[in-house]
Amino acid sequence: MVAQRLNAILDSDLWWSFTRSKVVVGAAIVTLLLFVAALIAPWISLQDPWDPGALQLINSRNPPVWIEGGTWEFPLGTDNQGRDMYSAILYGLRVSLVVGFLAVIFAMVLGILLGLASGYLGGMTDTVIMRVADVQLTFPAILIALLIGGIVRGVMTPADFEAVAVYVLVLSIGLSQWVQFARTVRGQTLVEKNKEYVQAARVIGLPARLIMLRHVLPNVMGPVLVIATINLAVAILTEATLSFLGVGVPATRPSLGTLIQIGNGFLFSGEWWIVIFPGITMAILVLAVNLLGDWLRDALNPKLR
Amino acid sequence: MAQETVLQVDNLKRYFDVSKPWLSRVLEGGGRQVVQAVDGVSFEISKGETFSLVGESGCGKSTVARLIVGLYPPTDGSIVFEGVSLSNPAERARHPEKQARMQMIFQDPYASLNPRWRVGDIIAEPIRFRKLLEGGAVKARVGELLEQVGLSARDAEKYPHEFSGGQRQRISIARALAGRPDFLVCDEPTSALDVSVQAQILNLMKELQASLNLTYLFISHNLAVVSHVSTKVGVMYLGRLVEWAETRTLFNRPKHPYTRMLLDAIPDLDMSGRARTPVAGEVPSPINPPSGCTFHTRCPFATERCRAEVPQALSVDGQNVACHAVEEGRLPEWRGLAA
Repeated sequence: MVAQRLNAILDSDLWWSFTRSKVVVGAAIVTLLLFVAALIAPWISLQDPWDPGALQLINSRNPPVWIEGGTWEFPLGTDNQGRDMYSAILYGLRVSLVVGFLAVIFAMVLGILLGLASGYLGGMTDTVIMRVADVQLTFPAILIALLIGGIVRGVMTPADFEAVAVYVLVLSIGLSQWVQFARTVRGQTLVEKNKEYVQAARVIGLPARLIMLRHVLPNVMGPVLVIATINLAVAILTEATLSFLGVGVPATRPSLGTLIQIGNGFLFSGEWWIVIFPGITMAILVLAVNLLGDWLRDALNPKLR
Repeated sequence: MAQETVLQVDNLKRYFDVSKPWLSRVLEGGGRQVVQAVDGVSFEISKGETFSLVGESGCGKSTVARLIVGLYPPTDGSIVFEGVSLSNPAERARHPEKQARMQMIFQDPYASLNPRWRVGDIIAEPIRFRKLLEGGAVKARVGELLEQVGLSARDAEKYPHEFSGGQRQRISIARALAGRPDFLVCDEPTSALDVSVQAQILNLMKELQASLNLTYLFISHNLAVVSHVSTKVGVMYLGRLVEWAETRTLFNRPKHPYTRMLLDAIPDLDMSGRARTPVAGEVPSPINPPSGCTFHTRCPFATERCRAEVPQALSVDGQNVACHAVEEGRLPEWRGLAA
């Protein structure tokens, strides 16, 4: 059974178009490497950058190993706290990816449910959901994320907030992205719901809820996956932006964005490695994910074949 | 032989609102626009027979099919199925057991099967949803159904795209039969198929009708197909039934001018070289149907009365015709196709 599935995958058009492009294979390998690095960070890092006890201020602002004064103890140098940049980047990658993934999943679930309801039920439900979506689209996503983060920050004590900061980020980034999913799903649902297989399900007597989830949803997932991939890159960037602005994850558990923000302060005093290395990692990650998303969009679009 | 009535439709109406949105109506003027897709259709279907509805595109025959299976709620009129009224969504919701007794076969075999589902799951859906069978028995029943429609039980593992149009229509029929219905609505089940496959599907449907004692409502625009399968035929024009009778009566002694026009247009190999009368004119828009008898714009026998007054159906020897000319006896005798 597994072999059969595997064969079906290797035989598919998608796999063929994947292996045909070297850029896409490269992007996939880079993405995979970064994911794995983030996953096994505790085992491949040199210190635990989240443990204040492990940091020593005497090691602060050390240069990378190939510059005079650098040591192998801190291959990419240290920041102002004495954090090893290499370890901090691995852990920061973790935070960025977790926030990105959770935010996209949250936006996807919310967008799919509202989009399905909007497209399938129509009428008043459709009007209300789509008008809310229209209004939200007039605000930039980052503003919505800032707004939600600001409200939560306002009603909680700083200590409590630090504990839930990651989830607030997920919520605010997710809420800023659901519209795209909802609109796409709604459009596809409008197409699918008039097809005869949906009508056949209605004649069988299936309730609307089951028809939406069992029949319509599997047939609208293609474009949703494309948006999810591209939005993963957007979510990671949004998180970095918020962290850079100082309203993201706390500095004790820095994400890539937080690291860039910390490093930004030392750029003019010559300690360029604090900002450059997290920046490069972020750029590579976002570029690779975007390339994958672009390829997926083209591969799943029958018009471009 | 007194036959049990399965379906009774009385003065069925369905209007579709095709007006512009409210704001455009206010700004640009113009009132509501309504398509009278079905405008007062009445007929009865007895157990075991095949009642066919024929007519040109847009005459409302598919809408009648959809009204009966509950895909649209009727604007007015009643639908009584096996003695239970299913005239509105609330009544339908109260009688799921009656809804389960009727099924539909769709026109497009490429759209009527969910492309992401295995054939076995598609056919098993009514069984699983109504919990008719459990566990392994479902699989056995699916295999049995597949063989009943001329496919192999092994086909349950495949996806719809692995089948041809005719095979897909067989799958569609198997799904319709899965819930053990006794009434099937067939909305142009063969019009998307090759001619050679059409005959196979029609014969399969006839065999199933005989072995399972099914009743059919058959929608088609193809008179040859209709004459092959039906017990009774109803001719629709612009949302109304203009004539209905036993198949043989209707084809041998058509009364309504529209029926005659349709029959005249059938190509026939025996008659090649005969000067056929082509179907003249086009169907008027159902948004603004002609007054009186809607056929008067194309009818060679139309009078002032036809333009003013809607003809009521007149029953003569089981043949029902809604036509003033027939009523007044001023219609010439049907010269027959051979003439």
